[in-house]
Amino acid sequence: MKEALSLVQRLNAHPDSRCWFVSWSPNGALLASCGGDKAIRIWGREGDSWICKSVLQDGHQRTVRKVAWSPCGNYLASASFDATTCIWKKKNDDFESLTVLEGHENEVKCVAWAPSGNLLATCSRDKSVWVWEVDEEDEYECVTVVNSHTQDVKHVVWHPTQELLASASYDNNICLYKEEDDDWECRATLQGHTSTVWSLCFDATGQRLASCSDDRTVRIWKEYPAESGQDLSWKCICTLSGYHGRTVYDVSWCRLTGALATACGDDAVRVFKDDETTNPDEPVFSLAAQVNKAHSQDVNCVSWHPKEAGLLASCSDNGEIAIWRFQEDK
Amino acid sequence: MSGGTRLENANPGIFQRSGERLLTASEEDEDVHDPIDDREIFDLIRSINDPEHPLSLEELNVVEQIRVKVNDAESTVGVEFTPTIPHCSMATLIGLSIKVKLLRSLPDRFKIDVHITPGTHASEEAVNKQLADKERVAAALENASLLEVVNQCLSTRSI
Repeated sequence: MKEALSLVQRLNAHPDSRCWFVSWSPNGALLASCGGDKAIRIWGREGDSWICKSVLQDGHQRTVRKVAWSPCGNYLASASFDATTCIWKKKNDDFESLTVLEGHENEVKCVAWAPSGNLLATCSRDKSVWVWEVDEEDEYECVTVVNSHTQDVKHVVWHPTQELLASASYDNNICLYKEEDDDWECRATLQGHTSTVWSLCFDATGQRLASCSDDRTVRIWKEYPAESGQDLSWKCICTLSGYHGRTVYDVSWCRLTGALATACGDDAVRVFKDDETTNPDEPVFSLAAQVNKAHSQDVNCVSWHPKEAGLLASCSDNGEIAIWRFQEDK
Repeated sequence: MSGGTRLENANPGIFQRSGERLLTASEEDEDVHDPIDDREIFDLIRSINDPEHPLSLEELNVVEQIRVKVNDAESTVGVEFTPTIPHCSMATLIGLSIKVKLLRSLPDRFKIDVHITPGTHASEEAVNKQLADKERVAAALENASLLEVVNQCLSTRSI
C-alpha cells in the first residue's frame, strides 16, 4: 500500500481516558475534542503545531460523547451521558456555558446543527430524536420528539443544505426526517445493515449518504425521485465490505475532495475514493490509503478539515488525537 | 440479589475447581518472552463470583478453559460463557463482569470479546450485542449502583 496518509501530529488530548469525538469549527481554525474525562478541549494552530487553547470543564457530570459547532462558529454544543446537552458561547478566546438542554431520559449520544443554525437535533439511548428551535435571544425550545427507532439512537446528522435530518441506531436502521405541518416526521427508513449503525455522513451535494456499522461494512445511499410522492426514496448503491476487521465507528466524507475516511475498532484509519468514471448508480469505491496502527486502540472518530483539502483528524480510546495529511497518488 | 428473593436457579450443578497452575522455570525467567495464554485468561475470570450464588463462575461451569481463546500476537481475547439456565436474567451482568475483569487486568492493546456459548441462552443475540457495544458498556460503568454490583462479583472471596 502506498503511503498516502502521513502523520502530522499526535496530541495527548484526554489523558487516562477515551477521546470519543473531534469536530472542526466551520472555518477550520479550531478543533474541539471530548471524552470520558467529562471535558471538552479546544485546539488551535500555532505555527506548525496544534495546541490546547481552552478546556471546558464543569459543564457535564459524565462522559461527553460528541460535540458540534454551529454553522456560524460562535456556538458549540456538547452531548453527554449525563442526559443533557450543553450550549457554549464563544467569547473572544474563551467559552461560557449559555444553556443546558434537558429532557432526554438517559444518555445523549449525539448533537447536530442544521445548516441554517436555527435548529438543533439531539438523540439518546431513550430511543428518541429531539429537534430544538433556537431564537434570536439564544432561547432553545424543543419543537418535536420523534420515536421512529426501536433502540438506542447513536448519531444524528443534517443534510448540508436542506432541512433534512438523518439518524442512525442500534436497531440497525437509518431514519430520514422532514418537517411536515410544524411536526418532524420520519419519511424514510433505510434498512440493510445487519447490526448497529454507528455514524452517518452526507457528501458535499447531500445527494449521497454514507453509513458505517458494527457489521463491519460501509454503505452508500443515494437519493432518487420519490415514487409514491410521499416518502423519500433513498437506495443503497454500494456496500464496502471486507475492508474492516472490526466495528466501523465513524465515517467522514470530505466536502472538498470527495474522499471517504473511516474510523475502525481494529485501530486503523482508511480512506476510500470512488472512481468518477463509473455509473453513478453503481459506483465503485477503492481503498486509497490505510494506516494499520493509526492508534494503539480503537479509532472512534475521523473528521476532514473543512477548508484545507486532505487534512484529517482522528481520535482514539487511548485518549489521543492524530492529525493526518492525505495525499493522492498522481 | 439473593437473600429474601426467590432464586432463579435454586439448585445449580456444582463443578470442581481446577488446581493451581504450575509455574515452569521459563515462566519465571524474565528474559524469556512469555505470551499470555488461555490458562492465564481463565485464571483471571474463574474466581469471579456468581451474582446469585456464593459460588464462582468456574464452580457453576459458567466459564471453562476450553471456551477461552487468546491470541497474544494479534492482541485478541475471546471468552464464551454458559449461563446456568437458558432464561438467566443475570447473563448480561455476568458477561459484563467478565469483560470488566479482563479490561482491568490486560494491557490496553487487547480486543476483548465476550459472548454467550452458542445455543445456551434464549436472548443470546441481544446479550452479545449489548456486551459488544463499548459505548453502552462505558455508560453502564458510569452508573454507580451497577458498578458496585460488578465490583461485588469481582471481589475476592475468602474461602
